[in-house]
Amino acid sequence: MHWNSFGDFLAMGNHGLYVWGSLLVMALLMVAEPTLVLRGRRTLVERLRRQYRAESGEASRSRSAAGRRRND
Amino acid sequence: MSNGLINWFKYASPQSFYPLAGKLIPWFWALAALFGVAGLSIGFLLAPTDAQQGEGYRIIFLHVPASWLSMFIYLVMAFWAGLGLAFNIRLSGMMASALAPTGALFAFLSLWTGALWGKPMWGAWWVWDARLTSELILLFLYIGFIALQAAIDDPRRADKAGAILALVGVVNIPIIYFSVKWWNTLHQGASVSLTKAPSMAAMMLWGMLLCALACWMYSIAVALMRVRTIMLERERHTDWVRALLTNQE
Repeated sequence: MHWNSFGDFLAMGNHGLYVWGSLLVMALLMVAEPTLVLRGRRTLVERLRRQYRAESGEASRSRSAAGRRRND
Repeated sequence: MSNGLINWFKYASPQSFYPLAGKLIPWFWALAALFGVAGLSIGFLLAPTDAQQGEGYRIIFLHVPASWLSMFIYLVMAFWAGLGLAFNIRLSGMMASALAPTGALFAFLSLWTGALWGKPMWGAWWVWDARLTSELILLFLYIGFIALQAAIDDPRRADKAGAILALVGVVNIPIIYFSVKWWNTLHQGASVSLTKAPSMAAMMLWGMLLCALACWMYSIAVALMRVRTIMLERERHTDWVRALLTNQE
């Protein structure tokens, strides 16, 4: 272990602001990116499922409508 | 035609690539976490103080991996884009689009960590120096690529336009890489100043390499996640996407 105390570690030889500012922003963005990708995927999947349900609903309605016409 | 080539073409179809990518993603996340913890532990807990820069040099464990990845992802993106342009493979354009935001992220992080490193070492957040300016152009190339693709509705035409931009922009990568040799710049040379005893130097190098590997694995994982979403979006009219989303609740 390189550090004598936790305070030394945080201070980073008076460069704490720069070192931790780099690490913090990098970590935040590298958590934010996959989170946004996951959220985008969920939104898309929900939208497509709604669309497919609507389409299959329409298809079955038009099939049954065609069936009634044939029976008339 | 060899078997390898047949397999290649098999996985070039989104329908077979989609589940493969899904299986690979957790492994790349695990590797990213493993390399990240190892690299940061070495870099922030074990590596010695730099003779010239004190503790502030530890930004190197973030800055160098981010910079490498920003350039490397651009090359991979341009490779996929060029492949798509030449052979009209659907997967290629999707891969290029999936890589661009991650590349932009690393280009931004390279500039951000660079600014935070430059301030204590050079006394300036930013200088219009060859290395810094060419890296800024790289960020603009990524943003331009993303914006251009977003502006064109037809995905195939968007891929083509993006591919041309990506390929023209490749010229910037050697400019960034060799800028510290070609011009007099404030930025330090390619190799880290390893003036210490070999074991110490090795520790810094290992920390940096492990952090770079972590960023690499992260990039693959997040690009695969994004390419799967792009596949669903672009292939939404196909039977396989419909079957996938309607069967699995």
